[in-house]
Amino acid sequence: MAEIQQQGGGDEGGKKRAKKGSTKVDMTPMVDLGFLLLTFFVMTTTLAKPQIMEINMPVKPKDRQEQNELKASNAFTVLLGGDNRIFYYRGLHQPNMNIIPDVEESDWSAKGIRKVVSEATKANPNLVVLIKADETSKYKNLVDILDEMSITGTQKYAVVELDNADATLLRTAEKGGQ
Amino acid sequence: MPKVKPHRSSPSLDMTPMVDLAFLLVTFFMLISKFAPEEVLVVDTPSATSEIKAPDANIITISIGNDERVFLGVDDKATKLRMIDKISEKYGVGFTQPEKDVFASLGSFGVPISQLKSFLALSPEDQKKVNQPGIPIDSVRNELGDLVQLARYSNPQSIVAIKGDQGAGYPVAGRVIEILQDKNVNRFNLITDMEVKPRN
Repeated sequence: MAEIQQQGGGDEGGKKRAKKGSTKVDMTPMVDLGFLLLTFFVMTTTLAKPQIMEINMPVKPKDRQEQNELKASNAFTVLLGGDNRIFYYRGLHQPNMNIIPDVEESDWSAKGIRKVVSEATKANPNLVVLIKADETSKYKNLVDILDEMSITGTQKYAVVELDNADATLLRTAEKGGQ
Repeated sequence: MPKVKPHRSSPSLDMTPMVDLAFLLVTFFMLISKFAPEEVLVVDTPSATSEIKAPDANIITISIGNDERVFLGVDDKATKLRMIDKISEKYGVGFTQPEKDVFASLGSFGVPISQLKSFLALSPEDQKKVNQPGIPIDSVRNELGDLVQLARYSNPQSIVAIKGDQGAGYPVAGRVIEILQDKNVNRFNLITDMEVKPRN
């Protein structure tokens, strides 16, 4: 324990002696309190800041003319369905021109959609991945697929609204897979 | 054989360095700790491999709960004071100074603007008990869009972050993103949990 040595004070003939009682202070309660506070602050402090994922959405075009037509060879569509299911197809879906692509099912594992996307982007660097989420899909699925885009290093991707034609395509694919 | 005499010294230990260290740590944690504001809405964020840290200040947080309620939180007090003035201007609701102060100390809230005044008049204990219905996001009463816009007018440096629950449905999340796009917020952040990046 910390102690303070008291020096002999009086020197008037040595008759008056300073009381040489122990000046030790019991520091245990203070130490207790110190550690209590320490524990409290360690527990309450939030050292880890939350992680964020940056996402840039395209500016909404004012009219259709500003939009560029996407070439079918550069299109790759990922469909997010219910029950954490995921489907994809290559090319564009144009029912009025009778072009209906083959929808394939994939999964969220490393050998699933990640492999498909990374191979497709390697084969064609101009590939644009269109992400279309269905109403039955969850927010988690959206974050996961955006995360896959960053893992595979895909530069060109967009979150697009699911239109009716794609919704029917997804419904048939969901039924066919079961 | 001589008797072994136990060495009778005082068992007291010099604790000074330990105490010094303890108080040093206390001071350290006291200075760096920033108390997390109490969250009304419990949100379990999905995990992602992103390693970008959230900025310290000037964040507008849009929380989407499991039950599809949408809450809004603005972290800076001065921004919130400016924001409530703009709300009362736009919606024609007069707020008293105590109500403004309550609003400035609010972490996040999820009440429609029509109920905001009566909500702010409650005591903090009663505010916790109130089941907040969430901010309307439908196209008829797009209050979230207005609030985000007002918050950004109040502090142009602020960035928008979406804190969605894993289980929240895509329609709500998509609607929130659409509202942000309508208000020309095309760059925003999704708050996620940490996940180890896969090696390949």
